[in-house]
Formats: sequence, C-alpha cells, structure tokens
Amino acid sequence: MNLNATIIGQSIAFAVFVWFCLKYVWPPITQALAERQKKIAEGLEAADRAQRDLSLAQNKAADDLREAKIKSAEIIDMANKRANQIVDEAKEKARDEGQRLIAGAKAEIEMEVQRAKEELRAQVAAIAIAGAEKILESSVDKAANEELVKKLASEL
Amino acid sequence: MAESNSAGFTLPEYESGTEYIGHHLGFLKYGQLPDGSWGFAHSIEEANAMGFWSIHVDSMLMSVLLGIIFMGLFYFVSRKATSGVPTGLQNGVEFLVEMVQGTIKNTFFAKNNLIGPLSLTIFCWIFMMNLMDLVPVDWIPLLAQVIAQDSHLYFKAVPTTDINITAAFALSVFILVIFYSIKIKGMGGFLGEFAFHPFGKWALPLNLVMEIPSFLAKPVSLALRLYGNLFAGEMIFLVIALVGWFQLPLHFAWAVFHILIITLQAYLFMMLTIVYLNQAHTKPEAH
Repeated sequence: MNLNATIIGQSIAFAVFVWFCLKYVWPPITQALAERQKKIAEGLEAADRAQRDLSLAQNKAADDLREAKIKSAEIIDMANKRANQIVDEAKEKARDEGQRLIAGAKAEIEMEVQRAKEELRAQVAAIAIAGAEKILESSVDKAANEELVKKLASEL
Repeated sequence: MAESNSAGFTLPEYESGTEYIGHHLGFLKYGQLPDGSWGFAHSIEEANAMGFWSIHVDSMLMSVLLGIIFMGLFYFVSRKATSGVPTGLQNGVEFLVEMVQGTIKNTFFAKNNLIGPLSLTIFCWIFMMNLMDLVPVDWIPLLAQVIAQDSHLYFKAVPTTDINITAAFALSVFILVIFYSIKIKGMGGFLGEFAFHPFGKWALPLNLVMEIPSFLAKPVSLALRLYGNLFAGEMIFLVIALVGWFQLPLHFAWAVFHILIITLQAYLFMMLTIVYLNQAHTKPEAH
C-alpha cells in the first residue's frame, strides 16, 4: 500500500466535480425530466378527456337527431291538419258565397219585377188618361184629373 | 511524426514477464527524491522511498481528464436539455440520471439535494475510470511514453487501480456520513449509536467494541473493494498480454467478462454510498 498526497488531490477533484454536478448538471436534467413527466401525464389526461368529450358529443348528436325526427313528424302532422282545416274553411266559404249570390240574384229579380210593375202602372195610367180624353173628347183639366187617374192606376 | 520520434525514442523492451508486469504497475510519481531534490521517480525503489508528500501524476491526470470528459458531456447535454422529445445523447444522459434517481428513490428515504449529484458523479466517474481497464494495457502507457520521449516512463492508465484514488472517494463519502450523522442526529445521537446499540446501555463496552470497527470498516471496505477488483482485473490483463498471439481470444473473453465487473463495481460504490448516507439520515429503531 502506497498512500500519499494523491488521496488529497483526488478528494479535492472529487469535491469540485460533485459541486459542478450539483450546480450545473443535475438541476436542468432533472427539471427537464420532471417537466416531461408532467407533459406526458397532461397529454394522457387530455386524451382521456377528448375520448369522454367525443362520446358525450356522439350521444348528444344522436339525441338531437331523435328529437329532430320527432319534431319534424309533429310539424308534418300539424301541416296536414292545417291543410284539412283550410280546405274545410274554403268549402264553407264557397257555400256561403253561393248562398249569398243566390239571395242577391233573387232580390234583384224581385226588384226588376217591382220596377216593371211600376212602369206598367205608369203606362197604364197614361193610356187610361189618353183613353178617357178620347172618350170625353174634351180637354179635361189635366191637373184636376190626374189625382183621379193616379188613384185608379194604383188600384191596378 | 513517427520519423522524428524514432530518433530519440525506442520501444520499451523488457527482459522478463516479471519486469513487464512490474513496470506496468509502477506509477508516474512526483515527490522528493533520495538526494533531497523534487522530481519524478525513475525506479520503483525511488518511488517507494518517497514519503506521504508525493503524488501520482498519472492517476490524477487520467482521473481529472476522464472527469472533465464525462462532466463536460453532461454539462453539454444539460445546457440544451428540453422536456420535449429527447435526442440520442440526451437520451443516454437521461437514462443514467433516471437510473440514479430510481436507485435513490428505492434506497434513500430522507431529503437531501446533494445525494443525487453525488451518486451520479460517483457512478459515472468511477465507470469512466474503470473503462480504461478495457483499453489494451500497453496503449495508453505507450502513448504517454511517446509524448514524454522516454521509453522507461511509468504510466498507469487505470486510476481505480490506484488505492489513493479509491480511498479518496471512500474518505470523502465517510466524511459526508459523519457530517450528516452529526447534522441530523446531533453529536449526542451520533456517539450514542456507538455506545447504546445494539445491546442497550448495560453492555456499553461490548457495544463500542462492536460498533466502532463496523463503522470504520465502511470506508475501508469501500476503498478496498473497488481497488481490489480493478487491480486484479488489470493484473489478469497484464498476464494475458504476456502469452503471445494467444492473448487475442483470451483478452477478448476476459474483456467481455470485465465489462460486467467495471459496471457492477461502479454501481456498487454508488449504491453503498447511498445506503451509508441513508443510515446517516435515519435514527436506528429503539431496542
């Protein structure tokens, strides 16, 4: 065995290297390792979350689709009902209109008849007067007899 | 280059296998020579005559060089370390850091910011030094001899086959163990562990006799285990290098086996450091 001052020199070198490692080498590497570990954990968690979100979205989409189908069926139903209603209403209206037209026509006819009667009456009066004039062959005071003739005509 | 070298430099020649091995086990040692002047030892006798105040320049040079290489590499990676997808080099460094972190997590139950960098430095640095054992035994010494233009230069390429290097690691760890023991448990708690365990206060002398040697054995076993394994491995490489052309398959087989040993020894040193420091941080359960 040959112990000598090498042991001191080597101890100093050892201390220096350990100090250097402690100061400049160990912290950045371990920090990078820890950071990567964190990143990987976060990544895995994000993937899990995305999977969960995806299944949720799929469920929601299926629900929405089902709901939309139901709603559309309702709308079609309602539209059909409304169409029937409109047709019914139109029929009703048409019937009313027809009735109204018929009534109008009847009233007009009635009025025409009245007017014809009136006219006829006036003409009859004139004819009667003229006839009477001819019969009497004298000029009768038109004004005095008019009253009489009108009375006669109204009796027709 | 080779032309100019060959003028003053001749390949070293050895008269016997003993001399070959002996020369490869010598250190490039700087200290006080027998005549009182300071300089490099030129023979094993001169080296042995030097006292404590001498230094193995080859061990220091190789270990610091390897330390700078691995620390520089790690520093280079840590400067650009991102939490994104890591590239090749960062992957390797992160693998090592995660291995160390995992070991600490399973073995060390207190909170200490020093333990991670300490363990990483111990593992990587010792592994780098052990790795020099796999470089063919003559390459690095020969390179040093060529650079120094001295065919008789001693140069030991594997720092962990130097007891001084392993002892320096063990001693540093031992000092940390004592420091943290006193810091966590107080002086009384630290000394109390020797006096009142494992048999309670009525067997105090027996406790001291049992606990003090086992405590002191920690750094000694740390240093000697690493040194012994690597020294033996190096010795076998040297012996294999002596058998001529048959050395190639032998060398290959032993090198493959040795990959396991150098990794295991580096890991063991780190592991035991963590275990000892964990003991320093935890009070023993009451008996």
